[in-house]
Amino acid sequence: MNKILEVKNLETNFFGKTEVVKAVRGVSFNIYEGETFGLIGESGCGKSVTCRSILRLIRDPGKISGGSIIYKGRNLLELSEKEMTEYRGKEIGMIFQEPMSALNPVLTIGEQICEAFKDKELTKSDKEEKAIEFLKIVGIPSGRQRLKEYPHQFSGGMKQRAMMAAVLVSKPKLLLADEPTTSLDVTIQDQILKLINRLKKEFSMSVLLVTHDLGVVAEMCDRVAVMYAGKIMEIADILTLFGEPRHPYTIGLSKSIPYRGAQSERLHPIKGNPPDLSNPPKGCPFEPRCIYKEKICEEMLPELKEIKKGHFSRCHFLEKLENEKGLIKL
Amino acid sequence: MNKDGLNNKKKVSLFKRSMSINIGLILVLIMLVPAIFPQFISTHSYTEVSFEEMLQPPSSEHLFGTDNYGRDIFSRVVWSTRIDLTIGVLATIVPFITGCLLGLIAGYYGGWIDDTLMRILDIFMALPFMVLVIAIVAILGPGVRNLYIAIWIVGWKYYARLVRSEVLLIKNSEFIQAAKVLGYSNSRILLRHVLPNTLSSSIVFAASDVVMCMLTGASLSFLGLGVQPPIPEWGSIISDGRAFISSAWWVTVFPGIALIILGSGFSLIGDGLSDILRTKGR
Repeated sequence: MNKILEVKNLETNFFGKTEVVKAVRGVSFNIYEGETFGLIGESGCGKSVTCRSILRLIRDPGKISGGSIIYKGRNLLELSEKEMTEYRGKEIGMIFQEPMSALNPVLTIGEQICEAFKDKELTKSDKEEKAIEFLKIVGIPSGRQRLKEYPHQFSGGMKQRAMMAAVLVSKPKLLLADEPTTSLDVTIQDQILKLINRLKKEFSMSVLLVTHDLGVVAEMCDRVAVMYAGKIMEIADILTLFGEPRHPYTIGLSKSIPYRGAQSERLHPIKGNPPDLSNPPKGCPFEPRCIYKEKICEEMLPELKEIKKGHFSRCHFLEKLENEKGLIKL
Repeated sequence: MNKDGLNNKKKVSLFKRSMSINIGLILVLIMLVPAIFPQFISTHSYTEVSFEEMLQPPSSEHLFGTDNYGRDIFSRVVWSTRIDLTIGVLATIVPFITGCLLGLIAGYYGGWIDDTLMRILDIFMALPFMVLVIAIVAILGPGVRNLYIAIWIVGWKYYARLVRSEVLLIKNSEFIQAAKVLGYSNSRILLRHVLPNTLSSSIVFAASDVVMCMLTGASLSFLGLGVQPPIPEWGSIISDGRAFISSAWWVTVFPGIALIILGSGFSLIGDGLSDILRTKGR
């Protein structure tokens, strides 16, 4: 399989008045053609920032300070702002967490979808016809009527669908989905996820899915990276990650969620809070919360080691974790 | 379908809600008639002096009476409508456009552009509107053209500040990010996505600003700095009648009433607009 996106040592910092918050601290991963790659982690671990960095949407006072983002052989970080607009939309599309605020409230849905057609030769009615077609693809019926409506007349799920229609118009090859279902209720969430899966095949896209919901990951992703405090802790394919996780954080996550068929035992939350990223620890960032920690963890950051093909973990004591079980039995 | 029923309901409530707009529109429309066709409505020439008919009270011959030169007040009030309305509208629109564009640029690009524009704006903000207008007109010399220039120089600041503050909010909103993601150019995002979202408060302000500009025009004419005689203007008619207010009330009262009607008309439109736009924004 070919790599469509290669993120190498990405570093994104936010420069405050008195301190620098290191939100993303050297993140590397690849996305292959046609796969869904999941980026999971708790709030503030840098997953959304990573996602936005790919499209260079980091706002002041944030800045991408290092690394490279190689899309189809070109480093996006070296492009001028003008060249970058060529990549946004046409090559890489993105859908947002809040469909309520991702649509412009003063333009009709039709105007917003039609605007996304960059082909200057299309007439207004051509664009409208196509927009109706796209609305149908994302599952909004009676598109002709819907085109004339404003975002506030749409429900949350419908807005997310409309947003997707606008993104799909330019047929991107890579779709970044930044927590696309977090603000939707569960039934709509399910529909939107199925829609993403269907569209992925229909438009032969790759998807980067950012989420904190392990259930969503299980349903959607081929491979997953677990992020913690701006670093990737573990990368594995979905079965390995749930079957034989090899990082204390992933193991902790697996134990902290209820699952079907579990005996009525208590859940085990991960105690403590993530470290302050304006002053990240020298050693392993997970060390204060880790139940396997030893002295070395405080002093040295472990490397991301390959355990078996495609399974990487960042821990000093991989052998200690060998008997840990995940959520599913392999 | 019940869809249509919904739409009908909406139209009714919109009509109800904008009652003040309707009244305002009626008042303004009434005043538009003499502004457009003064020659058909006025009964006398507005410059015709007649010393036999000095300071006559309202009668069938002179509907609003005459002034100290025997000029027909009704005709003078009718002819003034055009110039006062023009001052009100034109002196609002030009600063409106200037201010909105400057505010848009300052808010969106930020940095030194923002700093420079806002410091200049602070200088204008520090001085009272009227004082500055009078000072500028005094420097440039009295006259309608200089009145426009003065209001333009002083008036843009409100719009710039209003639009800028809205832009600061809007530019960080998700849908501007989304527009960027779709690969739109900066100018397109600015004009099509940011601007329409920032205009509502400025439009409301503009509707009441028309009144302000009209009053400014009338005040300056009252002081002899605006419209120059013999061209009639409400402010200057009131100024002329000031000396005889105890013996000939009609000279000051009728142009005053005209000013009130047009002023309230625009104020009501402004109120109604702000109501509608506020609820629409939600």
